[in-house]
Amino acid sequence: MKYTLAVLVENRPGVLTHISGLISRRAFNIESIAAGHSEEVDTTRITIDVEVDDELELEQVVHQLSKLVDVIKIVNLTRVDHIERELALIKVKASKVNRSDLVDIVEIFRAKIVDVNRETMVVELTGEASKIDALCEVLVDFGIIEIVRTGKIALSRGPIAAKEM
Amino acid sequence: MILQGADALIECLKQEGVEVVFGYPGGAVLTLYDALYNSQFPHVLTKHEQGAVHAADGYARVTGKVGVCIATSGPGATNLITGIATAYMDSVPLVAITGQVGVSLIGKDSFQEADICGITTPISKHNYLVKRAQDLPRVIKEAFYIARTGRPGPVVIDIAKDVFAATMDYEYPTEVSLRGYKPLFAGDEEVLRVCLEELRQAKKPLLFVGGGATISNMAPEIRKFVNATGIPVISSLMGLGVVPGDSSEHLGMVGMHGTYAANMATVECDLLLGVGVRFDDRVTGSVEHFAANAKILHFDIDPAEINKNVCATIKVVGDLAWSLPLFNKLVKDFAPDIKEQTASWREQTAIWKQDKPMTYKSREGVIMPQQVIAKLNELAEDAIVVTDVGQHQMWTAQFFNFRQARAFVTSGGLGTMGYGLPAAIGAQIGLPDKKVIVFCGDGGIMMNCQELATAADNGFPVKVIVMNNQVLGMVSQWQRLFYGERYSHTSLKGRTDYVKLAEAMGVTGFKAEHPGELEDILKKALATSGPVLVEVALPSDEDVMPMVPPGGCLDKMILGEC
Ligand SMILES: Cc1ncc(C[n+]2csc(CCOP(=O)(O)OP(=O)(O)O)c2C)c(N)n1
Repeated sequence: MKYTLAVLVENRPGVLTHISGLISRRAFNIESIAAGHSEEVDTTRITIDVEVDDELELEQVVHQLSKLVDVIKIVNLTRVDHIERELALIKVKASKVNRSDLVDIVEIFRAKIVDVNRETMVVELTGEASKIDALCEVLVDFGIIEIVRTGKIALSRGPIAAKEM
Repeated sequence: MILQGADALIECLKQEGVEVVFGYPGGAVLTLYDALYNSQFPHVLTKHEQGAVHAADGYARVTGKVGVCIATSGPGATNLITGIATAYMDSVPLVAITGQVGVSLIGKDSFQEADICGITTPISKHNYLVKRAQDLPRVIKEAFYIARTGRPGPVVIDIAKDVFAATMDYEYPTEVSLRGYKPLFAGDEEVLRVCLEELRQAKKPLLFVGGGATISNMAPEIRKFVNATGIPVISSLMGLGVVPGDSSEHLGMVGMHGTYAANMATVECDLLLGVGVRFDDRVTGSVEHFAANAKILHFDIDPAEINKNVCATIKVVGDLAWSLPLFNKLVKDFAPDIKEQTASWREQTAIWKQDKPMTYKSREGVIMPQQVIAKLNELAEDAIVVTDVGQHQMWTAQFFNFRQARAFVTSGGLGTMGYGLPAAIGAQIGLPDKKVIVFCGDGGIMMNCQELATAADNGFPVKVIVMNNQVLGMVSQWQRLFYGERYSHTSLKGRTDYVKLAEAMGVTGFKAEHPGELEDILKKALATSGPVLVEVALPSDEDVMPMVPPGGCLDKMILGEC
């Protein structure tokens, strides 16, 4: 089963080492991890997607992470109504011949072309991971040169912030 | 007050009530050592940084205070690693201060640079890299707070060399503010009532005490509970001494080398009340079969311990100093009923205990290892007993009758050979009026034998018993039982004379080779002032029994002579 956790941590040097160290030491199966600033200057927000066998294993992940001194709060967003997004930048081959086909596909996916040159284009897409996977699958035919993805971020719907949950 | 970083650090240590530090100097901590020199702060110079950290650990275990050690950057700091990991596994409060290269040299593979925060992250409760002198007081305050509160553990403070020399406006903070660290004390009282109901239903309840009971100083509450209810008790290695070893309810240590009674009771019980335990694999054997007929009530301060190894029916998360006194109050009125309805169970456990007590077979003209432990148990019942790791450690757990919590110091979780002697030195410093006895194997003593010189040079009167069986006993036992007697590299037959080794470092040495002289020599050793080493000649092929093969069921013990 897959769970999505919002982890609020102190914005301090060493925090990511502590978190990644714990994850690897306890052999937790992390599918995606994305960190960045939050609404508070001294807080970093990390979205972690974890694959576990059952709730007991999830409990272990949460309790072990909570023990880290730098971890302020962990919210399990899985069962909370929430929005998930990931950003991908994809560099594809784009010759004169197939450029218009590519533009069509980009439009269907509501993606954006953010860079163009004579041989390639860079496509930007925001969405759920499955949508990005689907676009990548289609783009394979054109020839993908490189992909970068941010990993999933998640935010609850409704007025309440994770720090207050 | 304007102070140099190094002086500020010493001020902080004084504020924390630190009585003594254990350490070893070097380039990155020269300025700190200069400040130690000026302030005459009590410092024990060990002969190796590993000695310093284990000594701080031994000091912390017997006193309950935070142990402090200091090492220089790079190799000094890496020499602490085994000791930090040892303390982490057994939840020992420790602050390890390491020097780091200067701020501008960090990350350049500078001379004697090692990333100590990176290295210690998985083996410490927390760590800090201090690059600015003004951060020092806050960091030290936090480090001591984190080390000693909640579930205790080691905290590492890595301090860049320039911080010691920089000046700062010193003020020791009165409070810590850590958003992510709020050690839990009280839990949910309602759960205790549920536990009481379970206990009242139980026909075959069993109390299982571990290191958490020692750490939280809850031995008196536990004894109260046992006296009132008459419920039989088993201990983990770390829980020995929480209830008196010779009390009728105590069935002994449980697990791989546990007693017959303790292991059988675990298999048969219908309620297991685990208090400050973590259900280590050396305790459970096969997890699926562990206490399979029992509901498990798990009392612990660390929520991550609950359901980690075995599934608890009811979890009581909170400091034992919160839960146990409350639970005792709840139980009080029902205690006589509980005692009555568990009478036949108590009888059954007593029969197991009587049928298969801890024994061993004597051999003509040979000193048996168990006999050495049993003899010292007679001669020095109030001693603080420290061990190294191996067969002698298990025999000590089995044959020494621990009467007090914090009287038994041993590396349980990590099983660190080389721990015993330096930990004994630390324990002796923590409790200068106590007799401190350390049992070591002939293997383990050599891992930190340099600390004999520390004992001699400072007059720390530890009594070191070298259990010389001329083998790496515990490993050779496994080779005998599971590897077809192929004794690969476990023979220690060599030319070392341990008595001479001791004498060379200024420690009095004795040797016992015949059963007839054992008692006299041990008596003489105990009566001799200053540090003493006794080498005892033992057979090479004695096994620690009973034994549950790794991953086996607790009732499938190899009993041997037991
Ligand atoms: C640092 C370290 N290295 C290796 C081991 C593995 N080990 C566990 S017990 C043991 C044998 C100990 O032999 P000795 O010190 O002679 O004690 P005995 O078992 O004979 O009592 C060894 C090698 C360990 N626990 N710690």
